[in-house]
Amino acid sequence: MAAAGAASLSRISRLFSSFSCRKQRINVKIIPQRRGISSCIDPAHGLTDEQKEFQKVAFDFAAKEMAPHMAEWDHKEIFPVETMRRAAQLGFGGIYVQPDVGGSGLSRLDTSVIFEALSTGCVSTTAYISIHNMCAWVIDTFGNAEQRERFCPDLCSMEKFASYCLTEPGSGSDAASLLTSAHRSGDHYVLNGSKAFISGGGDTDVYVVMCRTGGKGAKGISCVVVERGTAGLSFGKKERKVGWNSQPTRAVIFEDCVVPVNNRLGEEGQGFSIAMKGLNGGRINIASCSLGAAHACVQLARDHMMVRKQFGETLSKNQFLQFKLAEMASQLVASRLMVREAARALQENRSDAVSLCSMAKLFATDQCFNVCNEALQMHGGYGYLKDYAVQQFVRDIRVHQILEGTNEVMRMIISRDLLTDL
Amino acid sequence: MSGRVLVGVKRVIDYAVKIRVKPDNSGVVTDGVKHSMNPFCEIAVEEAVKLKEKKLIKEVVAVSCGPQQAQETIRTALAMGADRGIHVEVSGKDYETLGPLHVSKILAALAKKEEAQLVILGKQAIDDDCNQTGQMTAALLDWPQGTFASEVSLEGDKIKVVREIDGGLETIKINTPAVLTADLRLNTPRYATLPNIMKAKKKKIANVKPADLGVELTSRLEVLRVDEPPQRLAGIKVETVGDLVSKLKETGKI
Repeated sequence: MAAAGAASLSRISRLFSSFSCRKQRINVKIIPQRRGISSCIDPAHGLTDEQKEFQKVAFDFAAKEMAPHMAEWDHKEIFPVETMRRAAQLGFGGIYVQPDVGGSGLSRLDTSVIFEALSTGCVSTTAYISIHNMCAWVIDTFGNAEQRERFCPDLCSMEKFASYCLTEPGSGSDAASLLTSAHRSGDHYVLNGSKAFISGGGDTDVYVVMCRTGGKGAKGISCVVVERGTAGLSFGKKERKVGWNSQPTRAVIFEDCVVPVNNRLGEEGQGFSIAMKGLNGGRINIASCSLGAAHACVQLARDHMMVRKQFGETLSKNQFLQFKLAEMASQLVASRLMVREAARALQENRSDAVSLCSMAKLFATDQCFNVCNEALQMHGGYGYLKDYAVQQFVRDIRVHQILEGTNEVMRMIISRDLLTDL
Repeated sequence: MSGRVLVGVKRVIDYAVKIRVKPDNSGVVTDGVKHSMNPFCEIAVEEAVKLKEKKLIKEVVAVSCGPQQAQETIRTALAMGADRGIHVEVSGKDYETLGPLHVSKILAALAKKEEAQLVILGKQAIDDDCNQTGQMTAALLDWPQGTFASEVSLEGDKIKVVREIDGGLETIKINTPAVLTADLRLNTPRYATLPNIMKAKKKKIANVKPADLGVELTSRLEVLRVDEPPQRLAGIKVETVGDLVSKLKETGKI
């Protein structure tokens, strides 16, 4: 049964990889992702049949629509609008947004599974999609009926793209000290100030902006939606980054930018709380992206070990490397379990959800970076070449330890929980 | 015309998996190995769903023969747009010896029972490469067949099929009801969307036994041995045509 089958299998897999690569010639080694023998790191373990279906679609999409292009998107700094819109057609534009405004209405765990799978195709693009999802959810959850109708359907279909604007040049970890002001004037706010490091900034259409309507501290912050084309909204230069190059990053500048009060989400003073709630989910999403990268890198390292020979045998016979691979696999699975548990906790609104999300983000982004970094090391000199995907995974997920709350801030959140006198 | 299309879908080892032969050479390792829908069956489902979207047919029924896990494959077809599924339960020893003749008898019986207007199958499965089921099903039903289809168009009560053959492309016109088998270039299967995957949960899958359809599964074939293809050996370079001819004679090739 196998003999004839094996030949046609390799024929089919070559046909399939040529199907997706035929559009562009890129000098990158594209080895069809070996979805091999079900092993201990299979991300399908423990999922329901339905979640496995979601995961399958995401993996297929990542392998066919993203992986063949991830190197080019990184090298040429292309924001892959068409590919993301195709992802949105499958329901990936508003995964945990409610269906009545065009979302897919899935759970946080479903979302984590999907982003983890998509990341194996391109971390940077998936990370942007997750930020877009976070913005759509914020408007879905805290917007009134009119705002939800106005913004969410276009965001879910990715007819319009969104950016999340919290960080400023003077306030990163100390987010509550932000300075962008919003002075009320009749039925408008006038915004003045600037935001830094905004993912998608300049190329996106809908900006979810945290600004100061009241006094100092968190209680004085409100959340306002600013649309591209509004007078007084401008952008800084496109930043040159080590990774995340398939999404543009720019400063967002407000100079007497007039925004209708109708664009404020929730009440005045509610903005910081909205921002933090958005980030709880955002942290699970970013951690999930790290999981996908680590999964891809463990497979790349394993595949490399099976072919590379030194000292007369393949690297897979070397005990140090075998043990290293085992450690990487253990770190990956441990991270995945934490992230999925945090997703469940957030979905159920458990009392430990915020801390668990912080722990999961801290643990997974750190561990997965180590996994990818070790995978690069195992490739030897080849790991340093841009012809090999492993270096892009390393560069792309390095920033996950910094944004959506640095891993240091995660420690602040966790220690505060531990040291609070109840 | 009932406007009903039967689509056969087979659960096979995923195309990207590295196949391993069992140590006792009795078959390939399937335990714990990733399986998915046969790629040509995906193309068949896509074609059926496209016909429904064009309102040329009314209902798409996905059929799979196999153990419990075959239901996963039917669910994938439902998520792509099939309306309901039929799971023909075959497990254990029967499943190991299940071959195209049995499946054809099952599909023929179902096609009659469901009053199908069309049966669409993949041209072959990527595990056994038999390329027989479509043809046998047509023969058992005494229906015309349009195999290796790279283009299908319904024209009244006839079907125009462009077939990929060794000599190029052959266009035929056949009556309905008919059996079609899908070739690679017939279409590009769609991804299931998240909403469709959720809707698929509510679609029905009926369970049927081969005996209910009057089909008995004793096999007339016995697999003696399964081996890996021989390792490709390095070739040698020769300087002249004369050398080439003498080398070929030497190794008994000519």
